[in-house]
Amino acid sequence: MGGIFNSSVGRKFAMALSAFFLMIFLVQHFAINLLSVFSADTFNEASHFMGTFWVVQYIFQPILIFGVIFHFVMGMVLEIRNKNARSIGYVKYNGNANSTWMSRNMIYTGAVILLFLGLHFYDFWLPEINTKFIQGDMSGTLASGEYRYYEELQHKFVDVWRVALYCLSFVFLSLHLLHGFSSAFQSVGANNKYTKGLRGFGKAYAIVIPLGFIFIALYHHFN
Amino acid sequence: MKLTLKIWRQKNADTKGKMVDYPIDGIDGDMSFLEMLDILNEDLINKGEEPVAFDHDCREGICGMCSLHINGEPHGPDKGITTCQLHMRMFKDGDTIFIEPFRANAFPVIKDLVVDRSSFDRIQHAGGFISVNTSGNTIDANAIPINKHDADEAFEAATCIGCGACVASCKNSSAMLFVAAKVSQFALLPQGKVEATERVLNMVKQMDEEGFGNCTNTGACEVECPKGISLEYIARMNREYLAASLKG
Ligand code: SF4
Ligand code: FES
Repeated sequence: MGGIFNSSVGRKFAMALSAFFLMIFLVQHFAINLLSVFSADTFNEASHFMGTFWVVQYIFQPILIFGVIFHFVMGMVLEIRNKNARSIGYVKYNGNANSTWMSRNMIYTGAVILLFLGLHFYDFWLPEINTKFIQGDMSGTLASGEYRYYEELQHKFVDVWRVALYCLSFVFLSLHLLHGFSSAFQSVGANNKYTKGLRGFGKAYAIVIPLGFIFIALYHHFN
Repeated sequence: MKLTLKIWRQKNADTKGKMVDYPIDGIDGDMSFLEMLDILNEDLINKGEEPVAFDHDCREGICGMCSLHINGEPHGPDKGITTCQLHMRMFKDGDTIFIEPFRANAFPVIKDLVVDRSSFDRIQHAGGFISVNTSGNTIDANAIPINKHDADEAFEAATCIGCGACVASCKNSSAMLFVAAKVSQFALLPQGKVEATERVLNMVKQMDEEGFGNCTNTGACEVECPKGISLEYIARMNREYLAASLKG
């Protein structure tokens, strides 16, 4: 394997692998969130399962956190190296003539998503950790005996500013995915007769998933 | 046509350069871009000034010598052509044209618009060759059956003229399109199979050592490449590289 991840091609590959993992996670997260629109009970049960099943908590969750950090750190490393590859820039650079805005600004859309993740962790993850592991309450219920997850979700989306920030972040997520989805396939060497179809699917994914998240946030705000 | 040229002037590799304005008149739409620069240079020489240094050789789009970043794009605003094939009809009377050297640390400026692209040569030396028996028993290449699809793909890759526009257009100064073309033109043919594993590893290693950036798949190179080399070749190189890394 001789230093594969020290090479430019290897780094690309690693970036793509973490991207695949995060894109699959996103679908799973979306599916569970969507349940909240259809049935509070099913959403509660799914959330309780995810929040207490040891495989999810102690295996998938650490992998996910590692995946996010890896993707971010690698993205930064690539950005710095790439900036250093051209110390004197062009006076006139017409990027739009040959590439999309999304493809040239992954670092910025990514940074916005990272900031959003900070807020999202503060909103949901930290309170979860506090309830479950600091206060030791693994029951997942309120004092009334009912599950707490749906309650908590609705409560978070009361504040109009938070909802606005969430929606804005999803727009950036969409921009990131509009390039990222097909880019990840290209990086692992998949460019063949399916590429055109895959590009179309990627565009649909990059629009439908973030739009769905926006819909869910607005749904809970107005209900 | 009357134009204002904004040209990067730099005495040599060790001095700092700057953009200098040159008004020019009497330019015809049928002139090539390099002819327009020739006129400017004649003018400068007549005035006793230093002419603008720029690279060129064949002036028919086959040698890859001409470069120039024109109005924010390598080889200018037209597509599928080199600078020597760019015509002044792409511009309008009164236009301001920015003319800069290809920018990348791996392509240092030698003088004005001339850059040193020998980093490409070193990448080629690292693996862009095949072993051929030259002891008198050379097998005629035409005697080796090659399927049409592979032959066409290898040929297409081989049309890369090593101009460096891919690097110049890339926001990351990545040389992946060039290297991918050079790796593929051999990898697709039976003669190239012998060194396939080392070739891709060595050429990528050399590319990284030369200080080119990392590809992020913006696709700018493919759009700006005068020979239309496709991103598919980069995907092929990625596959070849991964397979070779696992083997070697
Ligand atoms: S790949 Fe295209 S742009 Fe790059 S060096 Fe070859 S011909 Fe020039
Ligand atoms: S001078 Fe040879 S390609 Fe332009």
